Parts: sequence; structure tokens; C-alpha cells
Amino acid sequence: MTHAHVTSTGLDSRKLAFWTFIGSECLLFGSLISTYLVYKGRSVRGPTPHEILNIPVTSVSTFDLLMSSLAMVLALAAVARGDRVWARVWLAATAFLGLVFLGFQAYEFTSFVHEGLTITTNLFGSTFFTLTGFHGGHVAVGVVWLLTLLVRSFQGKLGPDKALNVEIAGLYWHFVDVVWIVIFTVVYLLQ
Amino acid sequence: MRTLTALALGALMLGAVACGGPYPQSTLDPAADFGSHIDELFRWIFWFAVGVFVVVESLLLFVVVRYRARPGAPEPERVHGNTLLEIGWTLVPAVILILIAAPTMQTIFRTDGTPPEGALEVDVIGHQWWWEYNYPELGITTANELHVPQGRPVSLRLTSRDVIHSFWAPRLGGKRDVIAGRTNRISFTADSAGVFLGQCAEFCGESHAKMGLRVFVDDSVTFTQWVAGQRAAPPSADTLPDLARRGWEAFRLIRDPASNSCIACHTVQGVSGGVLGPNLTHMGSRSTVAAGALPNTAEGLARWLRDPPAEKPGSKMPRIGLTEDEIAALVAYLQLLR
Amino acid sequence: MAEHVAPAAGARSGIWSWITTTDHKRIGILYGVTAFVFFLIGGLEALLIRLQLASSQNDLVSAETFNQLFTMHGTTMVFLAVMPLSAAFFNYIVPLQIGARDVAFPRLNAFSYWVFLFGGLFLNASFIAGPILGADSLSVAPDAGWFGYANLTSRAYSPGFNVDFWVLGLQVLGIASLAAGFNFIVTIVNLRAPGMRLMRLPVFTWMTLVTQFLVVTAFPVITIGLVFLMFDRFFGTNFYQVSAGGDLLLWQHLFWLFGHPEVYILILPPMGIVSEVLPTFSRKPLFGYAVVVYSGLLIGVMGWGVWSHHMFSVGLGPIPDSVFAGTTMLIAIPTGVKIFNWLATMWGGQLRFTTAMLFALGFIAMFVIGGLSGVMHASPPADLQQTDTYFVVAHIHYVLFGGAIQGIFAGIYYWWPKMTGRLMNERLGKTHFWLGFVGMNLAFFPMHFIGLLGMPRRIYTYGPELGLDSLNLVSTIGALLIGVSILVFAANAWWSLRHGETAGNDPWGAPSLEWTISSPPPAYNFSVIPEVVSRLPRWSRTQMRAIPDVPPEPVHVPGGSFWPVIAALGIGVLATGALLHTLWVVLAGAAVLVVAIYAWAFEPFEV
Repeated sequence: MTHAHVTSTGLDSRKLAFWTFIGSECLLFGSLISTYLVYKGRSVRGPTPHEILNIPVTSVSTFDLLMSSLAMVLALAAVARGDRVWARVWLAATAFLGLVFLGFQAYEFTSFVHEGLTITTNLFGSTFFTLTGFHGGHVAVGVVWLLTLLVRSFQGKLGPDKALNVEIAGLYWHFVDVVWIVIFTVVYLLQ
Repeated sequence: MRTLTALALGALMLGAVACGGPYPQSTLDPAADFGSHIDELFRWIFWFAVGVFVVVESLLLFVVVRYRARPGAPEPERVHGNTLLEIGWTLVPAVILILIAAPTMQTIFRTDGTPPEGALEVDVIGHQWWWEYNYPELGITTANELHVPQGRPVSLRLTSRDVIHSFWAPRLGGKRDVIAGRTNRISFTADSAGVFLGQCAEFCGESHAKMGLRVFVDDSVTFTQWVAGQRAAPPSADTLPDLARRGWEAFRLIRDPASNSCIACHTVQGVSGGVLGPNLTHMGSRSTVAAGALPNTAEGLARWLRDPPAEKPGSKMPRIGLTEDEIAALVAYLQLLR
Repeated sequence: MAEHVAPAAGARSGIWSWITTTDHKRIGILYGVTAFVFFLIGGLEALLIRLQLASSQNDLVSAETFNQLFTMHGTTMVFLAVMPLSAAFFNYIVPLQIGARDVAFPRLNAFSYWVFLFGGLFLNASFIAGPILGADSLSVAPDAGWFGYANLTSRAYSPGFNVDFWVLGLQVLGIASLAAGFNFIVTIVNLRAPGMRLMRLPVFTWMTLVTQFLVVTAFPVITIGLVFLMFDRFFGTNFYQVSAGGDLLLWQHLFWLFGHPEVYILILPPMGIVSEVLPTFSRKPLFGYAVVVYSGLLIGVMGWGVWSHHMFSVGLGPIPDSVFAGTTMLIAIPTGVKIFNWLATMWGGQLRFTTAMLFALGFIAMFVIGGLSGVMHASPPADLQQTDTYFVVAHIHYVLFGGAIQGIFAGIYYWWPKMTGRLMNERLGKTHFWLGFVGMNLAFFPMHFIGLLGMPRRIYTYGPELGLDSLNLVSTIGALLIGVSILVFAANAWWSLRHGETAGNDPWGAPSLEWTISSPPPAYNFSVIPEVVSRLPRWSRTQMRAIPDVPPEPVHVPGGSFWPVIAALGIGVLATGALLHTLWVVLAGAAVLVVAIYAWAFEPFEV
């Protein structure tokens, strides 16, 4: 893909499109989070968030995701300066931390199911699993994206001229991270 | 051409309005305070709308006639705008809207359904596709035909057992949605006696069109009689004439499947306690069957009993396969439940 | 796959070239033709509805069929006709108006079209899919109304496939709209020719931009509402379950948060079209360009603050009702401003009554009526008598038929020569207009009375005691007349393609950039990228540099790609799998989608 075009704003079109996409995603998660809040405390039976949410464990996974954002920043910097080794290390680290987060989520979901909370149990279950599931889906897409970039790097096709590809993946990754901070605050901390 | 067309259209429509009627569900002929408040407000807004309509469409017609291209005319002046004019046509509509908004706000609070002092409370429950009415103060349960006293405030508490419905008796006032899990209110005081038609106004499934309702506004004597009638116990089985007694037996019969039995869904006080269908304790006193689908005559009842889904698509009351003898007996019995 | 050549527009032919095309002009034509076919289907549904209601206690169709007809009529006209007809113009005209050679993401553009097509086919397949799905009727079309209020849409009250088609089809169509939204925002913001400042953009392009912002913000909201509904129906979640504590108003809020911006998504592009057509045929620039643009922006922004006016009868309480009444009335101001600016545009002009101009004038005349009835039900107490009756049906048809559809026809007659190189027949065009104009007023004006006299909408039958037989008959006659007018249009289009007079670059003496190039434009649009020096390039005293007929140097034209259609197919398969509750079909669809996305991403495609 060439970027010989001079655009009207000077911004790369793909980046601009991606910002628009993120704006749209804000409304998507906004609707999910609003629904969670509207339905908070309206379940007619348990388990309730208070009984089941494990803040210490989720704090660890939140920290893990935050660290992945840091790794993402370092990955972009490495790609931009043409440092292939560190680019691979940090891309792999970001994807790995993303996978760890998904692991935490899988653990959380299964333990909730064992404790009697499924997506059909009550309103809390429906809103919680849908909201965090949507987020988890976004993380999963991000991991696949990062692994794709990693493969491209090993193929020698991720030079500094392709830094924008990594930057856009980074935008996505940071966005997903920020959304998690909001979810963590709204769902876990503000019970 | 345009004017002629407009005139022709207007004439045709006025003709059509004149041919029809009377309009028993007209919103323009209110018979209760709720309806009157809305009607006054609507007429106020309507005349502003007519004014704006006349001004704008006349301007449009004027421009079209006056500025049609003429051969050899000079190129028009390239005007790009005029700030003063534009401020003007922003402000004028704003003023009109304020003139509409002020009485609107006032009417919102007058028609918000807050029950007036001494109102007769009625719980209205929407079902697919019929209405249940409970009068807690009077201990009466009935269906589809609401009786209210003339001149006394009435407050309806609306909720639904299934999907969303909307209670609408246009001559008495506006509609309010009937929503499971929520309670809405309509309050009105009817000022003239009579029968007022209405129907469900929120699409509620296959037979939405056949979810009619009737509001009987009774003068105080009639209302007292009606209340007394509704509170009276139904005739006991041993006083029933022979045919009706066989109807009573058919009513009580446990059929196969059991859900096909009358008593599985219907209450007749002292006989059965079903709650899925309308309470039939005083079925004979109503004027229609199945939320207005049929007249409550021997023939109408028989048609209904023979094949409910044919009269009302999707009806929750199935085709039971009653024999003609059973139907005749049931009709005789139900007509006696006055 | 890029070709560094400058072929004539028609040189690349054959069905495969259409399937793989990434040319915005061809995609525009695909959108237009497809949407017109759906418009005909939606129109037939409307005619059946009107025939059923021509007299009381009519039994032309059953209750079940009637409910499917009005649900599909609404869904089709909103999502499969008016939106994509506007999209046809976004595609064809916007790049030409801003001096670009294509949209920002040509393949994404093709993808949008194919997803739209498959979504539309998916929805309409429900009319004949009954036997395949083991249902006892031929048609299992959606039947819960176009705004599908919960909990009528729940499995308990709508057990069949009908609502499944609806909930899945709308999600598929949402993807198409969102993808197009991102694409056109970037195209308009980023691909403007040098000198094409934002305040030089033609108003149609401006309204497209506002519309796309509404699309990318409104569609996620309904997507979530639909996801909840889908989860409720497929997995037994509790979002719209009253017994679990769910609130049925959640759906209404989510739907109308989307639904009201959607109204502006439908009406702003036709307003843009009218703002192009009126100046051209008045030989005067648009009066108060900036005000028209800003009022459009304002309508877009305010469109987010009025959704609960669709819910005045649900019992939100007097305070919210008052607030939403206020915001709704406010939105009438920028709308009124547009009307007056259009009138002032014509004032002092030299009006030429071409068919396009007649439709633009018809838009103003009819939209005023729709706007005024809109102000009436902006007043919550009045709305308590009007909502869910034929009065509201009259209102939406004055806005969406008198407004949007007439605006779109203005656009078709205006840009047809640009798209096809041939003029349409003016006599047939005027016949189309007048038949449609009379038909529309016969069909929709009586509906005001029908509603005020007590007829709710969405009833398949009514009793003679309502006294509404003759008004309903008039309305049905009007609807048939509209049907005839559409046939006249189709005949005109067919005639023009064969015998129409050659149009030349600019048959109208129009001011904007698209008229500087040949009709139809070459694949590369502009032989050299124009330098824009004024808002009305062809009317301005400062002449822009002429655009040569032959490119001075080879122009780089993107080639085709079949990955967009494959990716779209993957989405179609995925939705079908979900409908059938068959995991392997879902996975197969997802696999096709993933493969297509990867192939797409790594395809050597130069923009």
C-alpha cells in the first residue's frame, strides 16, 4: 500500500478512518455500559455483583492489560526506529499480555458459572457477560491482529515504513484498554 | 394547474369526510375533561400550523409564478444571503414555537394522569387481546367493557400481563401505553353519558386490530344498578332452566386436553377460578364478545364458541370442537349470567 | 492489480467486472438499481396494505400476512430503499463534487454494497423461506413492526423465524451502513481537491458528511439493542424479560436513540439534493449557504436530543415529556430556516421547471406539511391522541415520501444525465411528477383525518361503525396512482437509456465541479485533479483552470478485487447459520470472512 497521496488534512486516511471507528465504538460500549448501569440492582434473584465479583484477581488482570499498553508503545517505537528484534519482543509481549488477560477472563467466567451465575441467571448475569464478553472479543481480535503483525515482522515485512500499520493496531489496543478501565471502574469498583 | 389540483383534492377529501361518519372514535369530539384539554391545545396549535402553511405555500406559489424564466430576461443577480432576513426567519418561528410550547407545558401537567380527589380507581390489565378491569373499591372484576359514573373522576391504573398495549378511548382522552412491569395512569371525568368506543393502539400481535374496548359512561342511577348487578352472585345451578343447566355442565366439563376446558381459563364466581381469559361471571350483561369482535347475541356467541381463531386470528382460546348441542347449551347458560 | 491506463468508462465490461468493481461510480449504480428494486418491493407491500384497507372488514389478506406486510414495508423503505438510494448518490456524486478520483477506501465501498445486498436478500428471503425452515406457511417474514417493540419480539410472543430474520437482517445492514459511514467521512474530510475548503463543499456533500456522522454514531446503539434481542431469543438472556426485572422501555430508548438520528439520515441527503437543484434551475446561488450548512449540522446534533418524543405515551412523566417537547420544537427552527433559504434562493431568479426542479419544489411543498404535523405531535398532549394512529402515518409519509423520496427523484432527474450520458424525457418526467404528486396527496392527506377520527395504525381490519370507509378508499386510490407514477418513471428510464438525447458535460448550466467533466465520467473522473478557486466553480468570475479531455499523463486507476464480495458473503453465511442455529454454518461463514479479510489486507491493491 502506498501513501503517496497528499490528503486534505495531512492526516493519513486509514488513521482518520480508525479514529472515526473508535468514535463509533465508544457509542457501542457506551450503550453496553449504560445498560449495565440501568439494570444495576434490578435483578430479582442472585448472585449479585457484591457476592461474586473478585476485585483482587481482576485488579491483577487490569494491571496486566495496562502493562500490555506499555508494551504496545514500546513495540511501536521499536518498529519506527527499525529495531526488528525489540519490535518482535514487544509485539509478542503485548499479545502475550493480552492472552493472559483473556485467560483471567476465562477463569473468571468459569468460576462464575460454577458459583451459579450464567448469562441467563439474572439481569446482572446477562448484562455482565454481554459487556465483558464484548470487551473480551475485542481483546481477542487485538491479539490476532498483533500476532499477524508479529508474523509480518518475521517475514521481514514490518520495516519502519510500515510503522503506521503498528500505530493503528496500537490505537485499537489502547482504546480497548481504556474501555476496560471504564468497565473495571463501573462494574467492579463502583458496586 | 396546481391550484385546480389542490381545489379538486380538497373537494374530494371534504366529500369523503362528509360521506362518512358519525365518527365514534373521533378525537375532535371530546366527552371528558382529558379529551377536552387536548382538543383545546390541538386547535390552538392547528391554527398556527394553518397560518404557517398558508404563508409558506403562498410564498412558494408566488415565487414559482413570479420568477419563472422568461426568454431574454437578464441573468439574475447573484445574491448570496442577507443576514437580517435570515435572523428574521429564525426568530419568527421561535416566537411561534414559544406560543405553542407554553400551553403545551401547562396541558402536560393537567393531563399527566394524577388521580383527582375522590376518583374511582380502576385497574386495567391488558392481555392479548382483551382487557381486564378490576374495581378494588367495588370488588368488581369485568372485561372489555368499562363502566364509569358520569361526572365523577375516574383514574385508570394501567398494566399488562404480556406485551405492550395502549388504552385508547379517543372521545374521552389520549392514549397511554399499557406495559408489563410498569403502571401508567389515565384520569378523566366524563361529562356526558353514553357508550364510547376505543381500541388498543399499540401493535400487540396478530389480533391487535380486534382488541376493542367500550367505555359506558352511566348516569348515577344506571351506574348504581350496574354495580349492584355485577356484585350479585350468579344464578345457582339448580335454578337454571334445562338448556342452561346443560350449558353449566358443559362449562364445568374437564375436557381432553384439560386446557380445552372452559374452567381452565375462565372464572364464573362460585363455579370456576380460571384467570387466563376474561371473567364470565356477568358475561350476559355485556354487549359484545371477545373484545368487540362479535355482538353478544345468541348468534354471535355461538359463532365465537364454534371457532374462536376464525373470528379473531391467533386467539388464545382454541377451537375446542364443541358439538352444536353443547354450543346451544353454553349460549343459553352464558346469556343467563347477567 | 492496478492499471496505469486511462480507459474509457465502459471499456471494462462483463458481469465479473461488476462483481469485482471498486469504482465508486459503478458501485453507485449498483446501489441505485438494487435499492430501486427493493423500493418496488416495498411499494408492492404498500399497495397490498392499501387494498386490504380500502374498505372495512375486507379480507384480501389475513391478519398474519398484513402484519408481515406493514413490518416489511417499513423496514424495506427505511433500510433497503431510502438509505441506499441516498447511498447511490453518495457514491456516484460525492467524489465528483469534491474533485476526487474515488472514495478513500474503494474496496470497503464495494464491501458495503455487497453486505447491503446480502442483508436485503436475507430479509426478503423470509417471504418464501417457510417450507425450507419447516414452518407451516410459505412466508415467515418479520411481523412485529419496523420498530419491533420488546417484548412482542421475545421468543414467548414471537416464536417463529419471523423476528429472527429481522434481528439478524438489521445487524447485517448495520455493518454495511457503518462501513460506508467511515469511508465517506474520510473521503469528504481527506480527499478534497486542492482549494476545496470545507466551506466550499457543495451542500449535498455537506449533508452527506453530517449524515455519515449520524450513521457511525447511531448504528452502534441499535446494534446493541439488536444484540440484546438476539441473545434473549437465542440464548435466553433477560434483557427484555419483565419477569427477571427487565424494563421494556430499554428497547424503546435504544431504538429511538438510533431511530431519531435515523430520521435525519433519511432526510438530510434529500435536503442536500434540493439545495443543489434549486440554485441550478433558479440561476442563482443558494441563499445563505453558510446558514443552510450550519442548520444541517445543527439538525444533526439536535437529532440526538429528541428521541423520547417517540415515547410520549409510555408514561415517562411530565418533566421528561416537557423537556423532549422543548427540544423537539427547537429542531423545527433550523428546519424552517432551510425552507426560507430555499424560497429566498428562488426569489428573483429565472426559474426553469425541469422535472428535477418540479420534484425539488414538490419536496418543499410537501415537507412543510410533514413538518407542521410534526410540530403538532411535538406537543405531548396532542401526541397522546395522534401517536400510533394514521395521523402519524400521514406525518411520516409527508416527510419520507413527500420529502425524502421526492428529493431523491429530484436527484435522479438531475444527475441521471451525468450518470448515463443521456437526458430523460421531460414529458414523461412531468407526467411522473404530477401523477405522483396527486397520488401522494390523495393517499396521505386523508390519513390525517383517518387518524384524528380514531383509526390506529397497524390494524388489518376495521369496522364500518368507525365511518372511515370512504376516506380509506380515497387513500387507496391515491396509493394506486403513486404506483402508476412509478411505472411512468421506469418507462422513462428505459426510454432514456435507449433513445435519450446525449447530455454533454453539463446539460443544466449547473455550478458545481461534477459538471466540468464528461457524462458519464471516465474511470479516473478527472484527467487532472482540479484546483478549486470558488464555491461555484462554473459560475464564478474567477475561472478555474480547464480540465482537459485527455489526461496529460497516464492516470492510475485501481483495479478490481473480489475479496469484498467474498467477505460480504461470509457475513451472509454467518447470519444464515445464526438463523438456522447451526454452529458449523456460523463457523464456516466466520472462516470465509476471516480468510477474505486477510486476503484483502495483503492483496497488492493500490489506491
